[in-house]
Amino acid sequence: MKRLRYDIVIVGSGAGGGTVAEQLSPLCHQGVRIAVLEKGPRLRDDEFTGRELEMAAALYEDGGGFLTSDGTMTLASGCAYGGSTVVYTGTSMLPPERVIQRWNVPGLTHADLECRARKYMAENNVHFLPDEAINGNNKLFASGCRALGYDVQQFPVNVKGCRGSSLCNLGCPNQAKQGTDRVQLPRAEQSGVEVVTRCEVLGIGERTLTARASPKPAGGKGDPSPWEPGDYQIDASIIVLCAGALHTPALLRHLPLPRIGRGFTCHPAMIMVAEHNRPITNFIGHPKSYYLDQFAESEHFVLETCMYFPFITAKSLAGFGAPHSAFMQAFPRLQMILVLACDKADAHNRVTFDRAGRPVADYRFQPGAIHGLIRGAITSARIFFAAGAARVHMPVARSTTIDARDAARLDEIAASAEFTPGKTPVSAAHLQGGCAMGAGPSDSVTDCWGRVHGHPRLFVADASLFPDSLEINPYVTIMALADRVAQRIREEVPALL
Amino acid sequence: MPLALDLATFRAVVTTIVPESSALDEQGWRDFDQVVEALLRGRPESLKRQLRLFLRAVEWLPVIRYGRTFSRLHPDARVRILAHLQNDPIQKIRVGFWGLRTIVLAGYYGRHAAARELGYCADPRGWEARP
Repeated sequence: MKRLRYDIVIVGSGAGGGTVAEQLSPLCHQGVRIAVLEKGPRLRDDEFTGRELEMAAALYEDGGGFLTSDGTMTLASGCAYGGSTVVYTGTSMLPPERVIQRWNVPGLTHADLECRARKYMAENNVHFLPDEAINGNNKLFASGCRALGYDVQQFPVNVKGCRGSSLCNLGCPNQAKQGTDRVQLPRAEQSGVEVVTRCEVLGIGERTLTARASPKPAGGKGDPSPWEPGDYQIDASIIVLCAGALHTPALLRHLPLPRIGRGFTCHPAMIMVAEHNRPITNFIGHPKSYYLDQFAESEHFVLETCMYFPFITAKSLAGFGAPHSAFMQAFPRLQMILVLACDKADAHNRVTFDRAGRPVADYRFQPGAIHGLIRGAITSARIFFAAGAARVHMPVARSTTIDARDAARLDEIAASAEFTPGKTPVSAAHLQGGCAMGAGPSDSVTDCWGRVHGHPRLFVADASLFPDSLEINPYVTIMALADRVAQRIREEVPALL
Repeated sequence: MPLALDLATFRAVVTTIVPESSALDEQGWRDFDQVVEALLRGRPESLKRQLRLFLRAVEWLPVIRYGRTFSRLHPDARVRILAHLQNDPIQKIRVGFWGLRTIVLAGYYGRHAAARELGYCADPRGWEARP
């Protein structure tokens, strides 16, 4: 095993790791050695082809096929230079005040988070797309919402030079999306931070990590690891875990803190699909321009526009055979809406670990989340019909196809709606929790600065810090929290190094 | 091909889940198999075993009710068998069917030709490539 020494090691390069790397990078000019260890590959610009299965295999954890332990939900997270910021759509939301207040973390205020979040929204070029850049799929959602009197909102997005490929979730082929792979990590590297890709951290100890650098697989995408393949022991004065809500708790599994892995949550999501009688612009243009969050508190769901690719769409339609195929054959006429359930952290839902120390997501659907998915599906159907759809695919109904003439029966359909785990197609992104911030070891894993209780040199700076669901797209909030963690480390570097 | 030994059953499942797959030519099936192979490559051996076991159960379960194996059933009866598995009260069986269905859908809709046939032609050039 080779042995290396750094002053600070950051595990993961997504919204959290990229931000911490950038914020600590000025220390490199004082001789501080900083490394970011990233499990995924670093792709060249010309390797972002937009081809569905090829890009999913290259950029997602388990190729996009990571499942909860009972197999009833797919969990999506990025695994590449830039983490999930490579595969999100760039929708950039301020942390909601109601949620931060409910988190009730001593020492953490909404005003502080908002101030930091705004800094990153400016740094990453967050703005509203002009009307002419918004496609038919998105405009139909907005018009349907307005016809029903709903308070539809436009998403601010972090793109620069967006050509409207619609391929955001497969990694932007035009490098337009301003994730940490485009903004924070390159800046950190310019200042002297080393980013080591294809390097998986297997375990951590007091001021030490074990990691494995992997060779580039034959035919795989991305550059080889800058490190020779093999196992490494790395000594570090400060360790910052930014490996996401699955891997960060797993890396802390050896610590005697009862809350590690607890409070894991996500946004269980259903993709709703409707067919129009005429072609609409759907796979050209940014896929996610509008959202509707007025039902987040009362009905536990948020709706967002979306547009997916053939396989993901096919997987997200319930059932099989002729009714399923009929929707797929109508692809150029499809409108899509994503239903996100606001899922409260629950005692049962947690990240545990298998014998090899790999994360296992024990998750069961809570009544609130099921209610949110069903109500969100029904509301989506109303919006589709208000926008002129001819028929809607309803994954929670006994008969999954609803024609426009049956639109008036939606309440009746809702009343008998069925949600069956293992049958109803649900996937989730925005994985959160598992190393919550809080007051002490009995209620949390870290303090409000991301420092692990009882371990002054060990920090967490990713979505696992969330004590409960954020209820919106989380990357800006992750960056704001990571900014706080980096601030605390900078302040304490003289004492800790 | 991890499912080669159960090919007749697997093809019967595929054509039931995606009826238009029955029109695939030899090249189409080769492309399909390549996608499935790539998908299963690197997956745990235990998962592949479970998949093969599930396929065999699909093949032989209908003998009890119909006196024929799945691959020898009429297409309508195949639909009924798979619908039964999809709605089974036992979650593990539903999840098993879900996994099989996912592999089939990836094999069919993950082919480049399938995207073209659907009229899906997203292009990195975005608006500039609009016909």
